[in-house]
Amino acid sequence: MATMTRFGRSTGALAREVMTILVTILGLLVVTFLIARVMPVDPVLAVVGDNARPDVYEKARLDMGLDKPLVIQFWLYISKVFQGDFGKSVLTSNLVIDDIRRVFPATLELATLGTLIGITLGIPLGVLAATKQGRWPDHIARFVGLFGYSIPIFWLGLMGLLLFYAKLGWVGGPGRIDVAYQDFVTPMTGILLLDCALQGEWDAFWNAASHLVLPSSVLGLFSTAYISRMTRSFMITELQQHYVITARVKGLSEMRVVWGHALRNAIVPLLTVIALSYANLLEGSVLTETVFAWPGLGRYITNSLLQSDMNAVLGGTIVVGTVFVGINLLSDVLARTFDPRAR
Amino acid sequence: MSTLRAYLTSERPASRGQARLGQYYRQWRSLRSNPLALTGLIIILALLVIAALAPQIAPYNPIAQNLDQRLLPPSAAHWFGTDALGRDILSRILHGTRITLVIVVLVVMSVGPVGLLIGTLAGYFGGPVDTLLMRVTDVFMAFPRLVLALAFVAVLGPGIENAVIAIAFTAWPPYARVARAETMVIRNADYIAAVRLQGASNLRIILRHVVPMCLPSVIVRTTLDMAGIILTAAGLGFLGLGAQPPLPEWGAMIASGREFIFDQWWVAAFPGMAICLVALGFNLFGDGLRDVLDAH
Repeated sequence: MATMTRFGRSTGALAREVMTILVTILGLLVVTFLIARVMPVDPVLAVVGDNARPDVYEKARLDMGLDKPLVIQFWLYISKVFQGDFGKSVLTSNLVIDDIRRVFPATLELATLGTLIGITLGIPLGVLAATKQGRWPDHIARFVGLFGYSIPIFWLGLMGLLLFYAKLGWVGGPGRIDVAYQDFVTPMTGILLLDCALQGEWDAFWNAASHLVLPSSVLGLFSTAYISRMTRSFMITELQQHYVITARVKGLSEMRVVWGHALRNAIVPLLTVIALSYANLLEGSVLTETVFAWPGLGRYITNSLLQSDMNAVLGGTIVVGTVFVGINLLSDVLARTFDPRAR
Repeated sequence: MSTLRAYLTSERPASRGQARLGQYYRQWRSLRSNPLALTGLIIILALLVIAALAPQIAPYNPIAQNLDQRLLPPSAAHWFGTDALGRDILSRILHGTRITLVIVVLVVMSVGPVGLLIGTLAGYFGGPVDTLLMRVTDVFMAFPRLVLALAFVAVLGPGIENAVIAIAFTAWPPYARVARAETMVIRNADYIAAVRLQGASNLRIILRHVVPMCLPSVIVRTTLDMAGIILTAAGLGFLGLGAQPPLPEWGAMIASGREFIFDQWWVAAFPGMAICLVALGFNLFGDGLRDVLDAH
């Protein structure tokens, strides 16, 4: 019985959460809709071209529903968006949703690897900084944190290319893979490393990896800065708790107290931090992809923007915003699942 | 000097002014004992001085082109080298401090009051007002900042004023959150009840008694945020959506050095260092300020 009520309460909270998120996404759509309506670019001209005859122009305007009241237009807009129809990209003349589906895996690959780097470096660094406060691991963590919060990501990317690609030749240059290997692999998942591995093209795999390592390390530094800073502060809180004293009194080794007991309790808030960091990397990839000529969503948005291709820009914005919201929901659900106190 | 210190550190201040000055003095002393915060403060002060005196200390005109002197490496005549149009990079960086400062000051001046107002209203009234305002805040928080700023610039067109508007549009929600959290605690304090019993209006309570209490947190948040604002502005400039040429904006300068990065590295390297240094200054100072002003 007790478990039943607890379960019921937790689904109630989850339902509220989902409601909140639906409202947020609706708000997101209102904002993008308003942006699309106040923009100085004439959406009809963008479709029919500058030299269209008046009757063609008028027909296109009616087709796009621009003669209807704003509320109706908004309704048409969101019903299209929920079907995944963001209109046509003027630049590529594909459906925006198809374009996004094509470029999104590249961004996902980059952001995922960046986050993995952030987790593997950031958590140990944060734990060490918390256990050795005021000593050198703490100073390193502080330095990495300040560094990560103060460096323009695009500049770091450029300097990385200059040093590791041009001067030292340790990594591949801009792009996802050398032109020579481009036709070796047929896209399956869109995640190039996976595709190469699945098709057994190991030369292509290593080439793609050499292109991936620098941009993902750049993103990884920012992720490390954030994750280590938060890990440090969570661990400092945990290490002051009574159960840590109990564990020490029972004679557990310091290793087990710190890594087994304290860190385990810090994992739940860390999940939220990792999710946030992942979402931030999706954003950070806008600039990183520009520097590394990485054919992902960020570069798609900026390229479209520079060409005033509004359908593509707004479609991309909605997708990034929705993923952002989705990741936040996911982290809440995870926290609820693993932490009984949050139920 | 010693009488001044005695006046400032007095246990029994004779006036409100003395108490306030005494508090400032104690905060300054604790800030002074933090070397990192002091470093940050020095960087910020240097930024202000350079911005004020840029035309006097810059060795060359930041905009005049000199095509005989294209892409010269760093030397005694041009400490940071010259760019593709033969302009002295050091002079451009020095003048660029003004653009950075203008952007930061304008964004903060527009974002701080708006966030403060929305946050205190939501926190003070609670209920439906709170729900509505926080829902709007959440929507803006849900957008990745740079992407939203990009969308706004797309509508408004590139340029320094529009970059400021776009950044301001995306930067206010955290301030509202902070102010709301503070207000929710303050509104139940006894002194607020006392003021209310004296017949003060809601507006008066918010403006005179709630807002001043929220200010320290908002100021800390602002200082910590300035580095982020600088980086976002530089990002927009880098993408060609911020300050337009020939203005010596640091992000745009890095973008112009991109095509020469492998042979003439100095064109992109030095403006980036300038951004790092200034952002670091604000981060260090903000951290120190948080320790001083924000006990919790």
